[in-house]
Amino acid sequence: MGEAIGVLRNTWRGLTSMRTALVLLFLLALAALPGALLPQRSLNASKVDEYRAQHPALGPILERLGAFDVFASPWFAAIYLLLFVSLVGCLVPRTLDYARSARARPVGTPRNLARLPHHRAATVGLTPDEVVETANDRLRGWRVERRVEAGGAHTLSAEKGYLREVGNLVFHFALLALLVAFAVGKLFGYEGQVIVLANGGQFCNSGLLSYDSFRPGLRVDGTDLDPFCVRVDGFTADYDETTGQARSFSADLAYQDAADIEGGRWERSELRVNHPLRLAGDRVYLLGHGYAPIFTVTFPDGQQRTNTIQWRPMDPQTLLSEGATKFDPPGVTDAQQRRERQLAVTGLLAPTAFFDGSLLTSSFAEPRDPAVAVDVLRGDLGNDSGRGQSIFTVDQSMVETGRLVRVARQNLRPGEELTLDDGTRVRFDGVEQWASLQVSHDPAQLWVLVSALLVLAGLGVSLTIKRRRFWVRATPAQGHDLDGRTVVELGGLARTDQAGYGEEFARLATGVTTALDERAETERDARCRST
Amino acid sequence: MPVHVTLATYSDWMYAAALVIYIGALLLHAAQLAGRKARLPELVGVAAGSAERTGAPAQAEAPVAAGAPADPVEAAAPGIGRSERLGRMAVSLTVLGALVHAGSLLLRGLAVERVPWGNMYEFGSSICLVAVVTWLVVVRREPAVLRLGAFVLLPIVILLFTSGTLLYTKAAPLMPALQSYWIVVHVSAAVIASGVLLVAGVASLLFLARSANDRDGDRFARLARRLPAAGVLDRVAYRGTVFAFPVWTFAIITGAIWAETAWGRYWGWDPKETVAFVAWVIYAGYLHARATAGWRNGRAAWVNVAGFAVMVFNLFFVNLVVAGLHSYAGVG
Repeated sequence: MGEAIGVLRNTWRGLTSMRTALVLLFLLALAALPGALLPQRSLNASKVDEYRAQHPALGPILERLGAFDVFASPWFAAIYLLLFVSLVGCLVPRTLDYARSARARPVGTPRNLARLPHHRAATVGLTPDEVVETANDRLRGWRVERRVEAGGAHTLSAEKGYLREVGNLVFHFALLALLVAFAVGKLFGYEGQVIVLANGGQFCNSGLLSYDSFRPGLRVDGTDLDPFCVRVDGFTADYDETTGQARSFSADLAYQDAADIEGGRWERSELRVNHPLRLAGDRVYLLGHGYAPIFTVTFPDGQQRTNTIQWRPMDPQTLLSEGATKFDPPGVTDAQQRRERQLAVTGLLAPTAFFDGSLLTSSFAEPRDPAVAVDVLRGDLGNDSGRGQSIFTVDQSMVETGRLVRVARQNLRPGEELTLDDGTRVRFDGVEQWASLQVSHDPAQLWVLVSALLVLAGLGVSLTIKRRRFWVRATPAQGHDLDGRTVVELGGLARTDQAGYGEEFARLATGVTTALDERAETERDARCRST
Repeated sequence: MPVHVTLATYSDWMYAAALVIYIGALLLHAAQLAGRKARLPELVGVAAGSAERTGAPAQAEAPVAAGAPADPVEAAAPGIGRSERLGRMAVSLTVLGALVHAGSLLLRGLAVERVPWGNMYEFGSSICLVAVVTWLVVVRREPAVLRLGAFVLLPIVILLFTSGTLLYTKAAPLMPALQSYWIVVHVSAAVIASGVLLVAGVASLLFLARSANDRDGDRFARLARRLPAAGVLDRVAYRGTVFAFPVWTFAIITGAIWAETAWGRYWGWDPKETVAFVAWVIYAGYLHARATAGWRNGRAAWVNVAGFAVMVFNLFFVNLVVAGLHSYAGVG
């Protein structure tokens, strides 16, 4: 039993020692590095898949180690939790120590001041008591303690810079608070992305299904989201004429919070990069934009269907985009028949068309002269296969197995159309803009900010303030012609590494000796007059 | 926001001029070191008698034997020696270079009507200017480090050359993601911290060489005898880091605030964020190591060098090789 307690105590001491904390710090740094060097699932899942395909041997091992999810891996958590346990174990006793020392008197004067790093000595014509009194007057702002030693010497101990330890403690406690607030945010926060057409397209934060992708915190199940709606009424982008580089993006936004939804009111706002819309619990960001081609299909029986589906930009400079707009034949209820007559219009979309022969590229990101180069595919889109489908592509396995067949290929400008062998006509009507929005929710981020600012403040205090000590010993001088004179010794010690206390000590010591000399002179003058 | 082409051109010329001036200063510093090498054995021979003949580590023992100050070179050269004169000329040249360099950045800023650190070329140039100014401040406060000139200017010249050639980007307005006043606060803090840490890192590296030589006179003998005392190097490294660490912390915090405004979250383990965090942890480790018995000297210096390596890695590898949200290099 006693042995077990001994082992526990030794483990605790080991864990809370500075050496262990240092090793844990370096382990933390080391463990974070793969997070920057390897693709991370949380940032870009497709990059992870790509990497795994390229490294068939290494990939599964790294996967099992959690190297593609470093910051959610148990070993990363183990390191920082141990580090913070070690931190607590170090901070609590230090706080108690500080509380005690904050009330304690400055320590006694060392016997041999000459052995201190900073030292000075002088002899003055004052009594020891007067010396200490004068020195005391010079040490404003210092905590001082006067003592009389057995040999008749008067001493003064002074100490300053208690705030250093306060800064130190604040820094470390604030780090703890930061971690807690970070964790709370991860538990109760969420992030979702959605693409909205910029022609009055609407998005309401009503649940998981409203989003294209949604990343919930561990305690978020997608119900009870803060209710609000946004409507994108337009999108403007401004480009540099010569370079084609974008200068600004802006989405013309209408929104309603819970109260507005009740009353059916819309409020106006402008969404720009770096200027999110901040609602009570959520923030809405403008992440990106692109184009959605409008296609109208006229089926042989005369029925028309129009679809406007976002295509994704391939080139951020020219916004040449790719995508797939899919159509179901109208009025066909038989699943078998439908699977033979579904249509997909896929290919490229250029906002400002530039033809190299018949090859379409884009020369500018603005929709000045849009054109599409499309393949029309007919057959089974594979919607019923049970597999998830990207809205930007057709299911390639359907093409490979011959169930989805290319029936036309053509370049189209707005208003132009192509006709399929069965008389179906596909018309390209033009383009709409879309905006990609992100909704973020993090109830603890204000606390993260407060903690971070405290970290900074504590750091500043603890690195600028020096804990330093100053001592004076006034001993009656020995010797027949030195009667009435006093040997003054000054000593200084900074408790801080590389404190650069030397200059301050020199200034202080000179101040004290000057004051002593001045006082000795006035005392002598006074004595001369009185005799 | 138009680009004033004339100003941008002048800025480029001044950049090249600053680089040439720095190279001149570097050569002078190199000559300063070479001068030392030629004179040392003779002077020490005079001071210590038979030091050379007995094969004793002359530099370490001679001054003690002669009762001279701890620095053999200063002791040997009466008044201002030739090599110190070269060193001072180098510093004057560096001041000139810094003025031209600052002019280049100023004109770049005026040409594009924004802060001149909006892409990697400008970022690298700003870091170098901070490093040069830091170096000049250090030289002024600790004249003993004059001999370090070549070692400090070398990485600066390399970084400037790389920035001006491989990473060069034409003057252009900022991309929308960077159009925020946070670029003034966040990036300038990162620039200042990086520039100061560059000088501190070089000092720690040289400290390691010097203290290895102090322990065993054969190690780095040719290099170490041209260096200031280990204590001076250590002080430069420590003070630099103590200054830069809170600035780096500030840079990370303002970066997080900006990230919250721009990307919807204050921290997302973007590669740049991750490596900045790693560097922060390492420098925090350095400051703690300085307060831990057994780590204070050699190991702490290694930690500082590791921190410096991570900063360089963050600047080049993460910006150019790893794709992340911070890919504003404007190259490739």
